[in-house]
Amino acid sequence: MLDISPAEWTAILLSLRVAVIATLVATPFGIALAWLLARREFWGKPVVDALVHLPLVLPPVVTGYLLLLTFGRRGLVGAWLADNLGIVFAFRWTGAALACGVMSFPLLVRPIRLSIEAIDRRLEQASSTLGAAPWQVFATVTLPLALPGVLAGMVLGFAKAIGEFGATITFVSNIPGETQTISSAIYSLIQTPDGDAAAMRLVVVSTVISMGALIASEWFARRATRRLHGN
Amino acid sequence: MLRVDVTKQLGEFSLEAKFESQGRVTGLFGASGAGKTSLINMIAGLLRPDRGVIALDDETLDDTSAGVHVPPHRRRIGYVFQDARLFPHLNVRQNLDYGRQMNRVTADPAQFSRITDLLDIGSLLDRRPGRLSGGERQRVALGRALLSKPRLLLLDEPLGSLDEGRKEEILPYLVRLRDEGIPMVYVSHDAAELRQLATQIVMLKRGRVTALGGVKVLT
Repeated sequence: MLDISPAEWTAILLSLRVAVIATLVATPFGIALAWLLARREFWGKPVVDALVHLPLVLPPVVTGYLLLLTFGRRGLVGAWLADNLGIVFAFRWTGAALACGVMSFPLLVRPIRLSIEAIDRRLEQASSTLGAAPWQVFATVTLPLALPGVLAGMVLGFAKAIGEFGATITFVSNIPGETQTISSAIYSLIQTPDGDAAAMRLVVVSTVISMGALIASEWFARRATRRLHGN
Repeated sequence: MLRVDVTKQLGEFSLEAKFESQGRVTGLFGASGAGKTSLINMIAGLLRPDRGVIALDDETLDDTSAGVHVPPHRRRIGYVFQDARLFPHLNVRQNLDYGRQMNRVTADPAQFSRITDLLDIGSLLDRRPGRLSGGERQRVALGRALLSKPRLLLLDEPLGSLDEGRKEEILPYLVRLRDEGIPMVYVSHDAAELRQLATQIVMLKRGRVTALGGVKVLT
């Protein structure tokens, strides 16, 4: 039915790898930030809040360019990471994952934050009177009760990451086999004569992946909600 | 022995309470809004006094002039809330076991079955809190607090959310609990309830202690 070429497979698998890694690496940071924004008052909180949401409102090409300036070979952070830890983002698939992680971060954080804000703090108080230290309260009450939000955030973030285009192509270009994701492959194919059929195949694949992610998130959320209602 | 001498400003409301209690069951009596819950939240460590001292036996739990504030999880003070506050994602057995696990104490099956027998909750162990009646929930909350081996048990209107029939169901268990010998602070606005349970009364009115003594002060 879908006669997918090896080159197209490469783009599909790369997209999946980039989106999965971006989501998995971003999630712990997302949970930590969501918790801080939901539960702590600190100096500069509005600024942190705005920074988290910035990729949502900035033109993606600006985010990509800022990433290039910061994490590129000669960027302040990029040069340090390359010299000291041997981690290179520029024109690598890891850079695509970084771009996708940054771009999807607001979508990851928001549902987690909302679900933490929705937790009855009195349950956390009950936990502490039973002898739970703050980290135990978080691990045994806050996090399990926020789980539907965490899963929803992960799926939304994944869906955003797999469709990311502007920041990725600006930061790490469009190199087949290294940084060419489904989106940038479609972009290339559309500009190639006779590329329509191949582009169409990738459109179908990306639609199926996104639909699958949404259905999975619904299923997880419903299961988790049932658990939380204590039945 | 429990010693409390604190002040706390909460918006327009000011709380100034000073009392000492040797009693096994200290009844904290007053109308709603008298500051009872704020006071036991301070004893539990959930609320910090603006000024003052809270001490239990030989240990100072709060002393604002010395900068002492023992956090709730290190106080070993059990708390039974009016609304039970069972963990909805855990079943009854896991709720009961929660305190023991947080304090990393080895399991004590004898104590576990003694408490579940005392409160008649042995048949509920595999249920989720959402499937319990109000009275059952309150008994599980009692068991959960008891099994964390507290040296003082705070009860904030544990019958407050129950109708008359349910109250009659729980009261005998509270009497059994009193006879277990764990010191308790029992908060209520119901004089009849306190007459049955308390050995000493602290009467609170608009944030001030207005009477101290035996259950006779309730008249």
